[in-house]
Amino acid sequence: MKSIVDLRVNAAERKGENAVLLRLAAPAEVTAECRPGQFVQVRVDGAKDTFLRRPISLHHVDRERGEVWLLVQMVGEGTRQLGRLREGDTLNLVMPLGNGFSQVETLRKAAAGADIRPLLVGGGVGVAPLYYYGAWLRTQGIEPTFLLGARSKGLLLQLEEFEALGRTFVTTEDGSYGEKGFVTQHSVLSKERFTSIHVCGPGPMMKAVARYAKAEGIACEVSLENMMACGLGACLCCVEKTVKGNVCVCTEGPVFNVNELTWS
Amino acid sequence: MADLTTNIGALTLKNPVMTASGTFGYGVEFSDFVPLEEIGGIIVKGTTLHPRQGNDYPRMAETASGMLNCVGLQNKGVDHFCEKIYPEVCGIDTNVIVNVSGSSPEDYAECAARIGALERIPAIELNISCPNVKDGGMAFGVTCEGAASVVRAVRKAYGKTLIVKLSPNVTDIVSIAKAVEAEGADAVSLINTLMGTAIDIEKRRRMLSIGTGGLSGPCVKPVALRMVWQVAHAVGIPVVGLGGISTAEDAIEFLMAGACAVEIGTANFLDPAVTVKVVRGIDAWLDAHSCKSVRDIIGVAE
Repeated sequence: MKSIVDLRVNAAERKGENAVLLRLAAPAEVTAECRPGQFVQVRVDGAKDTFLRRPISLHHVDRERGEVWLLVQMVGEGTRQLGRLREGDTLNLVMPLGNGFSQVETLRKAAAGADIRPLLVGGGVGVAPLYYYGAWLRTQGIEPTFLLGARSKGLLLQLEEFEALGRTFVTTEDGSYGEKGFVTQHSVLSKERFTSIHVCGPGPMMKAVARYAKAEGIACEVSLENMMACGLGACLCCVEKTVKGNVCVCTEGPVFNVNELTWS
Repeated sequence: MADLTTNIGALTLKNPVMTASGTFGYGVEFSDFVPLEEIGGIIVKGTTLHPRQGNDYPRMAETASGMLNCVGLQNKGVDHFCEKIYPEVCGIDTNVIVNVSGSSPEDYAECAARIGALERIPAIELNISCPNVKDGGMAFGVTCEGAASVVRAVRKAYGKTLIVKLSPNVTDIVSIAKAVEAEGADAVSLINTLMGTAIDIEKRRRMLSIGTGGLSGPCVKPVALRMVWQVAHAVGIPVVGLGGISTAEDAIEFLMAGACAVEIGTANFLDPAVTVKVVRGIDAWLDAHSCKSVRDIIGVAE
């Protein structure tokens, strides 16, 4: 069940050059509803021209500590205002929203009898939902592998946290960390075989990974970030073209199997 | 507790607060947040005779105190509504009203007739004011002749309460209201969105896929309120007011301007529970001001 909740900020930490990690205190009835890949709609209070809520993916949900984590890249006035939050402030959210990443049964089918080996690919702040998914996969006895990309080292987010969760490979466009280039050029892709790929990041990156997955015959799902107004399937603003026609990313997604999309 | 009941012609509402078409889905999308039966009426998303894919993405741009949209009437058509949606919504204990759009008077009339056959839909809202489709919509709503031609065709095919939603993108909205009144409309609702645009200065191009969109949100309220006052003082049929309402105080302004009921639109995106808050807020205001009925304040503003 979705709800409108006021959550207290337990901590607000700067991450990388331009992001903030918000750890929000959340009661069990809120965390119990959440699944990896889902998102929240955050009300931005106090920013002059920020009218709509901002969709932010769940970076992590820690049921034991009673926390919901949001990783926010400060790109516009609204997200910069979120970056000004301090411990003790409250944040109003509509949550949880959207469908989420694949469940175990789907991963098992994609593996077709082989060991389940999911590769989680993130670009920029798109790494955010992959942490929650990776942590959840581990609770299911599945080892995630991460492949993270950014323009440069200072824009890599939560690297130590990902490394603590599973094998983590990195590319930067300027070569300041990991292998130089794009995620699709990383050597791990030619050395190992994965049974599914789960991507969140900038559009061109997701399309490149989707093309790679298609060429290799690997199941691939992407988490889209289309601009939204309501987040509830009412305004029909965030639509993506699919084989079924225009559908709302907020309710039918944000996670789509690439075969459902009309990407070439 | 004051008496909140109000009427739109023959239609009785338990309170004057309805949802604006295209901002509340079919109601069920909001059932986690709002007891739907506490809303005076739910006007569901625009329905056309044939399915429509709507316009390409991007369909939305945020503005100061509002937003632009160019959705373009995406819907699965009236047959889908009758077969799939109606069974889901007909049990909601409030007035479920269907917003009907089209690209010719005949389209409108046929769609209205199909909806008219549904027992639990007591009214339709005729959308002659969508600014986001080329083949119809607002084209009818911006001239007296166009508006009259659609209402004339629909009136012959539809016997229940007929509300006609007017466009603000006209020189004289009063003359359009009078034209649809003369053709037998039971009520008018206003305003639909105001046509606008926004430009991405880095990309040096307009943000919306079709260039322009309809502006909604608190920024349009003064314009809407002025038009509601003008129309309510010029026609004999009931007026439903909408445009930027997000609080009980906003709604009371529209009632005092002469609206017998209001619709809440864009505010649903910011607070999915806003409708019921406005209902309770109107009730509290009436109590605090010793008004026994919401009808006591309709049209009181000089």
